[in-house]
Amino acid sequence: MLKTLAVAITATSLVASGAIAGNISGAGATFPAPVYAKWAETYKAKADATLNYQAIGSGGGKKQIIANTVDFGASDKPMKPDELAANGLQQFPTVIGGVVPVMNLPGVKAGEIRLTAKVLADIYLGLIKTWDDPVLASWNKGVKLPHTPITVVHRSDGSGTSFLFTSYLSMGDEKWANGPGGNDAVNWPVGLGGKGNDGVAAFVKQTPGSIGYVEYAYAKQNNMTYAIMQNKAGKWVAPTAANFAAAAAGAKWTEAPGFYLLLLDQPGANAWPITGATFILMHSKQTNAQNGHDVLAFFDWAYKNGDAQAAELDYVTLPPAIKTLVRKSWKTIVGPDGKPVF
Amino acid sequence: MSNALNAPPRRTTPRGFHIEPIFEMLCFAAATALLAALGGVLVSLVIGGWPALSKFGFGFITGVTWDPNPDHEVYGAAGPIIGTLITSAVALAMALPIAGGVAFFLVELCPPILRRPIGTAVELLAGIPSIVYGMWGLFVFAPLFAKNIEMPLMAAAPVGSVWETLFSGIPNGSGILAASIILAIMILPFMAATLRELLNTVPAQVRESAYGLGATTAEVVMSVTLPYVRRGAIGAVMLGLGRALGETMAVTFIIGNSHGFPKGLFDSGSTIASTIANEFNEASGLQSAALIALGLVLFVITFIVLALARLLLRNPAKV
Repeated sequence: MLKTLAVAITATSLVASGAIAGNISGAGATFPAPVYAKWAETYKAKADATLNYQAIGSGGGKKQIIANTVDFGASDKPMKPDELAANGLQQFPTVIGGVVPVMNLPGVKAGEIRLTAKVLADIYLGLIKTWDDPVLASWNKGVKLPHTPITVVHRSDGSGTSFLFTSYLSMGDEKWANGPGGNDAVNWPVGLGGKGNDGVAAFVKQTPGSIGYVEYAYAKQNNMTYAIMQNKAGKWVAPTAANFAAAAAGAKWTEAPGFYLLLLDQPGANAWPITGATFILMHSKQTNAQNGHDVLAFFDWAYKNGDAQAAELDYVTLPPAIKTLVRKSWKTIVGPDGKPVF
Repeated sequence: MSNALNAPPRRTTPRGFHIEPIFEMLCFAAATALLAALGGVLVSLVIGGWPALSKFGFGFITGVTWDPNPDHEVYGAAGPIIGTLITSAVALAMALPIAGGVAFFLVELCPPILRRPIGTAVELLAGIPSIVYGMWGLFVFAPLFAKNIEMPLMAAAPVGSVWETLFSGIPNGSGILAASIILAIMILPFMAATLRELLNTVPAQVRESAYGLGATTAEVVMSVTLPYVRRGAIGAVMLGLGRALGETMAVTFIIGNSHGFPKGLFDSGSTIASTIANEFNEASGLQSAALIALGLVLFVITFIVLALARLLLRNPAKV
């Protein structure tokens, strides 16, 4: 009796697991987690495949994929080509986000303050201390700047947002590059740290005269006062979805081996200077061809059908040309038999 | 039935005889497992933190630069260590009198009808998860604190006085003092509940005799009940202090998270626990070693605190 029961249970569980066409697991960056979840929900209804994504942070995503405990890892910080090769990994971008300087200056509206990389770096270095500083004023003629001290707010936790922001400051300002530098956590010379985007946003809202930086979706959904920035082409641009896409479109992806590309300070006329893509990491040689296939089938579906949903959540999707390029790169992800899995 | 009743009560072996060795073994296993776990934690903290400890040596504790950028990694934890000690001490200083007050009120003065609701409220306060305190602290407490406490105090501080230094910082409701207050609220229910239980253990005769001799409530508390529970009270305080030292989430939200030495009470700082919570997720290599070493430092600090408590208990001459 017991034995038959056990057999029956095993049989049902086998049937049950067989019924799920693809059960894929991923772990990593928190920034794209909402859109991955949304895609997975729709995909499950259509393709009968489940995605189990754990938003444990970019660093964790890298560790997990290197340890091969998940089918894919996700990271906001692309891995360098030699690092990819050393771990037998390859990566591709999925969605784009932008980092937006936000502030709390009574009487100043969104988009009124103009900032350059150097000015922003000087503020974050503590060299520009008040809002009516002559350098800041010279870029912002016509804006009534108060004589209030600037309170600098940054992220306290290690994050891809901080990585993009500090890397951008490093590119635009030598003092920053030789000082704190670009990393997901740095030795901030001044200011106070908020935990997560909401922590930064809360401190900025509560502190008149403060400046911080948050992800675009966060700034938009909370109606925060953002600054406009000067890009590489010398144009003043606002943080909009179109301008992030412009940064991605203008980037030279073909010349970036392993898609190692920071979308910072890109040349396009409308390119928002602090833009970054988030990436998926996979092993080039899959131990289970079916798993590899399922992961790529999911992202292929998302590239085809996921744009509208991503836009709803204020993510910017990749331009078509880049998607084609990524699909080509998938041919080098092979199964144990050496054949492409997708 | 009747036979059983009439038979002489003869038992060759005590009833628990067979269970006794098993019971002893289980108890011993439980106690040693705890000790082994503690030792294991200590050893793994030392091993995990060794790369950072061996590289920076004593500078790990005295250094004030915490720079996680891989191009110039330097880890000096003096800022978080001082932040931990200051916030815990200030929190304890604030919470202890209130916890004492709550406990004495509940035991000595409270009308019976109020005793249960207040007691339950205190216990409920202890059950709130710390992240809720953090969110509340950041979104509700901080703006009020900034407007009603920090700004008036900063404005009132005489220029050039020690008060000006003490009240310097950014008046936005975050920082060392705000974190201390949140911590005080968090450790308060623990201490109040433990103290209340302790005061309840004072035999009624002792108290009644004191009242009978004409002592006032204050006199009874000061010279009878308090000395009676002194040992346990120190334990309760240490329990609160232990929680304050290790508290993570609530502090992370409100302390401002800058690694340097805090310059004043309103300045932002960091604690050991908040630094680990902030950075461990994305840390690798030397940085994660430094964070584990930071955990070791917290372990040692907690150990010292407990040892001091023991010392206080052993010397009954000092009250």
